[in-house]
Amino acid sequence: MTAASPKGPPRPRRRLRTGGAGPLFVAPFLVLFLVLFLAPLGYAAYLSLFQNRLIGGTTFVGLENYLTALQDPLLLEGVARVAAFFVIQVPVMLLLALLFALALDSGLMRLARVVRLGIFVPYAVPSVVASLMWGYLYGADYGPFAQLSSALGLPVPRFLSDDWMLPSLANIVTWEFVGYNMILLYAALRAVPQELYEAAAMDGAGAWRIAWSVKLPALRPALLLALVFSVIGSFQLFNEPNLLQRLAPDVIDSAYTANLYAYSLAFTSQQINYAAAVSFLLGLVIVIVSYAVLLTANRRRTP
Amino acid sequence: MTTLTRVASRTPVTHRRTPPHKSPVQRRSTPLTIAMLAALAYFLLPLFWLVVASTKSTQDLFTTFGLWFSRAPQLLANIQATFTHDDGVFARWLLNTVVYAVVSAAGAALLAASAGYGFAKFRFRGDRAAFNLVLGAIMVPATALAIPTYLLFAKADLVNTPWAIILPSLVSPFGLYLMRIYAQDAVPDSILEAARIDGAGEAAIFFKIVLRLLAPGLVTVVLFTLVSTWNNYFLPLIMLNDPNLYPITVGLASWASQAVGGGSGANSDMLALVVTGSLLSVAPLVVAFLLLQRYWQSGLTTGGVKQ
Repeated sequence: MTAASPKGPPRPRRRLRTGGAGPLFVAPFLVLFLVLFLAPLGYAAYLSLFQNRLIGGTTFVGLENYLTALQDPLLLEGVARVAAFFVIQVPVMLLLALLFALALDSGLMRLARVVRLGIFVPYAVPSVVASLMWGYLYGADYGPFAQLSSALGLPVPRFLSDDWMLPSLANIVTWEFVGYNMILLYAALRAVPQELYEAAAMDGAGAWRIAWSVKLPALRPALLLALVFSVIGSFQLFNEPNLLQRLAPDVIDSAYTANLYAYSLAFTSQQINYAAAVSFLLGLVIVIVSYAVLLTANRRRTP
Repeated sequence: MTTLTRVASRTPVTHRRTPPHKSPVQRRSTPLTIAMLAALAYFLLPLFWLVVASTKSTQDLFTTFGLWFSRAPQLLANIQATFTHDDGVFARWLLNTVVYAVVSAAGAALLAASAGYGFAKFRFRGDRAAFNLVLGAIMVPATALAIPTYLLFAKADLVNTPWAIILPSLVSPFGLYLMRIYAQDAVPDSILEAARIDGAGEAAIFFKIVLRLLAPGLVTVVLFTLVSTWNNYFLPLIMLNDPNLYPITVGLASWASQAVGGGSGANSDMLALVVTGSLLSVAPLVVAFLLLQRYWQSGLTTGGVKQ
């Protein structure tokens, strides 16, 4: 990537390959990217600067929607809830994925292939179906857990109650994505050169020591990638609460997560301009948190 | 973004099929195997429940133990009921899902391959800026983009058409990023030069030579897009209100909300349909994943593997 500076001579041909065809290969993607990625963002940014009032119609209000959003208790609560979700769920999920990847990579277990595939299978299950299944499993009337506890004379677990809802949602998301993250980490472990292990073993390192000093550092980039994907996934949490809402309408209101709130603003209460501002802010929060995760992770290890 | 770039630009895109690291003394640990089998049980439990539940009538769903078969299994009757309910709308949803997923996946892979090749093998004015712009977009979450896209599509009268689902799925910044890395290694400059000396046009080179070299990477992008379109719920939920256009996810969710009426509600028969429909919608993807293991195992992980 030692490309010429952008202010080079105006000749289209550079020293590398024929320049003429390059833009043509890139153009279809870039045009669609412009139309389907940047244009919606631009249009939403534009809409977010207006307000639709009963009297006077649509008027320009500058950043007022954003100021309202920043003080909107429903939005703040939703963001706080997905942040809490992120803090609870992501470490559990990544830790499980890490343990499973290390176990598979250790070569110490039987049936490793079956286990690897089986743990990954939920990734192929649409989140809608995953939420439906777990929703029924959680059910207090006919869910197997409820059936088992009442057969044993124990109190029926209330997975869908106010107190348990966030962990119940976390369980669904964990179920869906541990396998994916496990495969990601496992592949990174596979790529560690065999000599590193041999050298470590020669130095008298045991299995745990090797895991800690050789394998974990090698997993850093993969863990980072998994972490960033998890930030994006957690903060835009929608499908799972949206589906469980039908089972527990008293617990999950229309502002339970930030994204549910944006959705209900746009489609239930028809506040298009405000919804645009809210989804913009939410996107901004996600980008900021992702970068913060990347930066802190980088600062910690690289001198 | 820099970290992510660095993470993956160091990635050699090769297909590792090395055997597991064998520990010097080859011994197997039974406790570890048992622990992992317990974990496996957790991940398969809901799917086992789904299979069992698909064989039950709605009444049996409520009255028999959830994790074992009832005395009168009726899987076939359930499947038939699922496909005939509401004039066979379920088959329609399956077909819609297949069309949306296949068209999006093929289109996205082709666009990403072409652009990835363009960025990897050509230098032109503004190429770095354009690539970095797309790269930055990887972090823009799909759902935060969905409502703005809806607003724009509503303006363009594209809402409630298949295009509303297919068009946004065609642009895959992550796909472009993978294909660019892939093209860098998989397409040798010498082959391109030889083809040019032979007088082949750029388009012919791309379609006849480059695409073939990029095939394994293409399969990865196809799988990625296929899964994400197949599983997509938010976008079709907001874009479509005609049930005939629904993909399976939105359709099942709409059935599920009818079924929630309660144990003895008027629509409680829907419960068996939702359960059987879920099984039918999961099966193709699970089978596809099991059959195509080799591709996704090298593909899904391309971004995270460190050299």
